[in-house]
Formats: sequence, C-alpha cells, structure tokens
Amino acid sequence: MHLLCGRQETIKMNSHHLTHLNELESESIFVLREVAAQFEKPALLFSGGKDSIVCFHLARKAFAPAKIPFPLLHIDTGHNFNETITYRDDLVSKYGAHLIVASVQDSIDTGRVTEEKGYNASRNVLQTVTLLDTIENYKLDACIGGARRDEEKSRAKERFFSHRDEFGQWDPKNQRPELWNLFNGRKNIGEHFRVFPISNWTEMDVWQYILKEQIEIPSLYFTHERECFIRDEVIYAHENVIPLKPSEKVQKMRVRFRTIGDISCTGAVLSEASSLEEIVREVAASRVTERGSRIDDKRSEAAMEDRKKQGYF
Amino acid sequence: MAKTTQQSPAAEQHSYLDMDLLRFTTAGSVDDGKSTLIGRLLFDSKSIFEDQYEAVKATSKKRGDAYLNLALFTDGLRAEREQGITIDVAYRYFATPNRKFIIADTPGHIQYTRNMVTGASTADAAIILIDVRKGVIEQTKRHTYIASLLRIEHIIICVNKMDLAEYKEDDFQKVRKEFEVVAQKLNISNFHFIPISALQGDNVVTPSKKMKWYKGKTLLELLETVNPAEAEKNDIARFPVQYVIRPINTEFHDYRSYAGRIAAGIFKKGDNVTVLPNGNATKIKSIDFGSASLQEAFAPMSVTFTLDDDIDISRGNMIVKAEQPPQVKLDLDIMICWMSEKKLQSNRKYLLRHTTNDVRCIIKEVKFKVNINTLEKMNDEKVIELNDIACISIRTTNPVIFDSYAKNRTTGSVILIDETSNTTVGAGMIM
Repeated sequence: MHLLCGRQETIKMNSHHLTHLNELESESIFVLREVAAQFEKPALLFSGGKDSIVCFHLARKAFAPAKIPFPLLHIDTGHNFNETITYRDDLVSKYGAHLIVASVQDSIDTGRVTEEKGYNASRNVLQTVTLLDTIENYKLDACIGGARRDEEKSRAKERFFSHRDEFGQWDPKNQRPELWNLFNGRKNIGEHFRVFPISNWTEMDVWQYILKEQIEIPSLYFTHERECFIRDEVIYAHENVIPLKPSEKVQKMRVRFRTIGDISCTGAVLSEASSLEEIVREVAASRVTERGSRIDDKRSEAAMEDRKKQGYF
Repeated sequence: MAKTTQQSPAAEQHSYLDMDLLRFTTAGSVDDGKSTLIGRLLFDSKSIFEDQYEAVKATSKKRGDAYLNLALFTDGLRAEREQGITIDVAYRYFATPNRKFIIADTPGHIQYTRNMVTGASTADAAIILIDVRKGVIEQTKRHTYIASLLRIEHIIICVNKMDLAEYKEDDFQKVRKEFEVVAQKLNISNFHFIPISALQGDNVVTPSKKMKWYKGKTLLELLETVNPAEAEKNDIARFPVQYVIRPINTEFHDYRSYAGRIAAGIFKKGDNVTVLPNGNATKIKSIDFGSASLQEAFAPMSVTFTLDDDIDISRGNMIVKAEQPPQVKLDLDIMICWMSEKKLQSNRKYLLRHTTNDVRCIIKEVKFKVNINTLEKMNDEKVIELNDIACISIRTTNPVIFDSYAKNRTTGSVILIDETSNTTVGAGMIM
C-alpha cells in the first residue's frame, strides 16, 4: 500500500535550480517536519478548504511512507456545505487519517457562546471559543493552519511559528523575530503555537500546485448550478442557514466558490470554470482578491486583526 | 490597475512550471519613500486587485492626499495605520511571468536593526533607498553594513526622489560616488545603482522618459534577472537531520529514513557520506521525496535519505559528503545581533539553536561591539543592548557542526534563546 498516489514526481529544474512551486513546497515540508519534531501534541486545522487540503497533501509528502503523525482538527460551525463534509469524510477514510471534530453547536448548547441574531448572523466569530476550548481539552501545543500572508493585511505580519499566550491571544506588536529557517517553538505551560506552513504561498501558487499535483478538491470549487440570492453585492448560496429578507429573491445561477468557509460568510462567484486549468486561468485574470467574497473580513477595516488577537485561525 | 493576462491560454498554463523565486528585502530610513516604492512595484506590475485599489483610493481621499497614496498598499496593523508607521516586518508577494517575488518589507525606524536583520536573513537581494537630496547618510551605512553582514548576494541602491532633483544626472553621480566610498570600506563589490522616482514611477517598472541618460535596467528588470543563490556554487554538501521516519506497519517493517532539508550542495544516490558528530561512514542508499525516488537532490530541497548501514542517527546530526567535512567545535566566535530589551549577559547561559540542533552555551566574552553608524570596532564596549551588533565568544555544552556563515548561511547561522522567557534574543553568524 502506497500512501501517496504513486504518480511520478516531477521536480522541474534548470540545472540545480528549483522552480518557485518546488521551493515553496520544500519550505512548507520543512516547517511541517519542524512541528512534528518540536511539539508533543500538534494538530492540523482542517476546514475542507483548498489551503488546508494543500497542507494535508504536503504533510503526507513530508512523512511518507509513514502516516501523518498528528490528527486533523475540524472546527465545525454546523453551517457547512454538505459537499465539504462529504469531501472531508472521504479523505479521512481514503488516507486513514485521524479526525477530531469540534462543534460550535456544542459550544452554543453548553452556553460557552451565544448565537448572533439578525439577517447577517454568522458563527464565524464563535468558532474562536470552540477552537480554544478544543486546544485546552486535547492539550494541543501546536495547531497547523493553512493561512497565507497574501490573504489579508494583518496576516502579512504573521510568523511561520506564531506564539499564543495562555489565553490563546496573538500579540502582533510583540512577536518573536524569525530568522533564517530557525524556528523557535519553545513555550511555557498553557501557551501554544499556530504554525502556518504555506505562509509564503499566494492564491495563485495554491491553485498552480493543486493543478500540478492533481489534488482532489471539493466540487464546490468548480462551476455548478445553485440556488442563490444577492445581498450587498455578494452572491450567497440559498441554504437554510441564512434567513431571506422579504425583498430578496432566490434564483438559479452558474457559480463556483473561490474560498470555502461556512455558508453564512462565503460568497460565490459567477463562473463557468469546470477544470483546474480553467480555475487557474480565471484566478490569473481575476480583478478582485479572493477575500473580496468573504463577508467575515468586511465587518471593519481591522476585522481580521481583531479576530486573530482573540485567538482566531 | 487590475490584474490582466496577456498570455495565450496555452502558454499561461505551463509557464508557471518554469518560474523561479527571488526573495528580497527593502531598507530605507524614514520618509525616503520605501512604502511608496513597494506600492509602485505592486501597482505597476499589476499585482493590485480592484478591491484593494478601491480601498486605498477611498482612504487616500478621506485623508485628503493630493494623489493616490501608494504607500497605503503596504498598510498593516491598526496601530500602524493610526500612527502612520510600520512596526514589524511584513511580507508581500507579486509575480511576473518568469519569477515570483517575496518582499520582506522592513520598517525604517522602530527596531530597525532587529527587523532589518530578520528581513535580510532569508533575502537573495536587498534594495537600499537613498534620497537623492540627502545623499549617503548614517542610516545608509547601517543598512549597507547589515546587508553585507548577512551576506546578501545582490545589493541594489535605488537613488530615489529624482523628480525632486529635476532628474539631473550630476546629482545621481554625486550620490553614487559617496556610496562607493562606503562600499569600499565594507569591501563589497556586487552592487547596482538605479536612479528612480517611486512617486512618479520612473525606472521602477517602466523606463524613465525624463532620464534618458540612464542606460541601465529598471528596478523590476534587475529583480527579474539577478540570480538567486545556486546549489552548485557550493563545493560542500550538508544535510542536517530534521526528523527520523519509521512507519509502524508491516509493509515498511525495519524501514528507517532521515528527513531534512539540504542546507548546501548536491547529494547523489550512492554518495559516500559521513554522519556527524559520531563520524560514521556510510553510503546513500536512496533519496526519496513523497512517493518518488530521486537520483540526486540539492539545496534547498526537503527530502529523505535511506542509508546503506544501520547507524544510530537522530535529529541534530548532520550527514555530509565525506570529502569536505564541516568544523565540529565547542568554542565559537559569533557576530551577534541582539534582539531583546534585556541586555546580553556575560557568563550567562543561553540556549543555542543551530540547524536542527539545540545546545546550551555560555557567553565567555564580548570581543567588540560595532558602531553601526561609523562602522568602527569598539573594543572597550562590553554592554550589548537591543539592536546592537557585536562579536562574542561562546562555549557550548555539546559540539556544534558548522561552516562559517561566509561559507554557508544555513550551517553558519544560529539563534540564541532565553530559557526563562523562551524568546529569541539574538541572531548570530558564526565566524
């Protein structure tokens, strides 16, 4: 049984010179192995989105032919697309990965968080509490995430090894300097790290890599017909999660998703892209960033920074 | 302003498989236009998306700026926007059809040395900005010194604000001559000069129409053509062992491989190697990457090795080609950049991290401190504070397997960690 798909590895090089994708891949694998070497109980945060899928793929390469030496952790908002959950479960059974699911619904039921109200209610912010509770329950000392520095301005200042204090908080003004490839994962009891192996990748790099490696991704990323409605210029999937305003009309549209979060904060884009090649072409020609369809970032100018300080992904 | 693609679909689908990667850092003092330059690079290379453009346009208007404030493209944290300063190193990305770029954007004032050293540690090239009206100032010397200390291969001097000097060649040449004196003092020779106006866009991405006297490359052309570090320039081969892979299943019974990232040179299947510090000799049986088996691998690839002989090897050991061994020592001289508010303490113990190895060390002596403004050695200065650069002697508890930083950046660099706070307090280059 081979854990990797077995197709011939292509390492394209001009004499002894790596391409940008090969160099990024090697850097990320180095970071993933540092996590396994420096921490006792790491976990890979897995949302079923393309970035966490790429991290999983890199982790399989990093530890082949052994299995990935840490579990996947899914913070389930209960507002997931069915396709995401199907993809997640297929992947777990195909590769025999160990999956931990932590549920935001449980956090609501036990009174740890209160559900937001109104038309724009989202469980995005609530996830932070569920995540931090899970880190404490499982005594996780490092959570690997698929965040990239090109995504958002406060992410541009993230370290590969990002320290979190005993309250799970990020202190952007007092980060440890990170030099060469010497990552310092030392911490006091109760503190933990977030580790971002694909920090240096851009959205384009991720798509090119998925194409090059022929990585399977959820069907949501490809064009499909879906019942949608438009609110504040964003195309939302019409699922039971978001209440419709009286003026909003549901219509069938040809869409795909450029990022996948929970239903309440992920916008769709009109697209006919039905293959990875077409997605790469569409991303290359795109005139807006992928976070442009993320409602969670639009709450204020520093929405991401504020959530990250609280302990968000 | 928006990203467009002019390539034919067929070319575009495969061209990314030929792209390479260049990492560079930018240094400049306050107000010499560093953020504007980065904004200009991103903007003119069509790396700014419409939503980013609209946001900056709106902010620019709200602030009452007379023109689109390109510096806002590099805005980061809330405190930075509020105070109009940059606090920490930020990483930015853009790509041209042949190359992807990673910019380590380092702040000009607060924590300048600490941040610039951090940004420079992974850079292949450094851009140093000089305001043509001010010429070479103390900060220019400091930036150039750090770039040369960190052994950045390509140093690019951008003489900025040429629009405020009526684009005159004489003014550019005057700065150039001033800089050459500094360069000679630092013994660096591989540098480039470009007269630019980041604000107006002259010679950043597009050639200047107002400086016909300049025949050289624009900044982007230069960044697209300088060579990143190459593995074969090294006659040494180094593989710090990062992690031991031992699958627990029946198919790979007795399988054991050593994972790591090649720090220098080229390894081939069948190579004679030595495992340090024990000095055991063996041969490379296979080089693996994922499910693939490779004939050879080179820096900076992450791979796994299996070896012919069953030797006790663990994280922190180093596999090297037998013919060019590294040094193995307890006593080291290190150029250190101090990064902590707490002063360096002689006779105190710190944790030293080097490649994948941790050892304890004691600071034996401060040999001299560098005045980074005059570049003079100060032999009597023994107090090392935040942002100071000094030469220190240390003794480690276990042997360190290293090359001088001048020979190899990966096997020649260390960080010092304060064991009480667990923070990184120093960045060191082994002499």
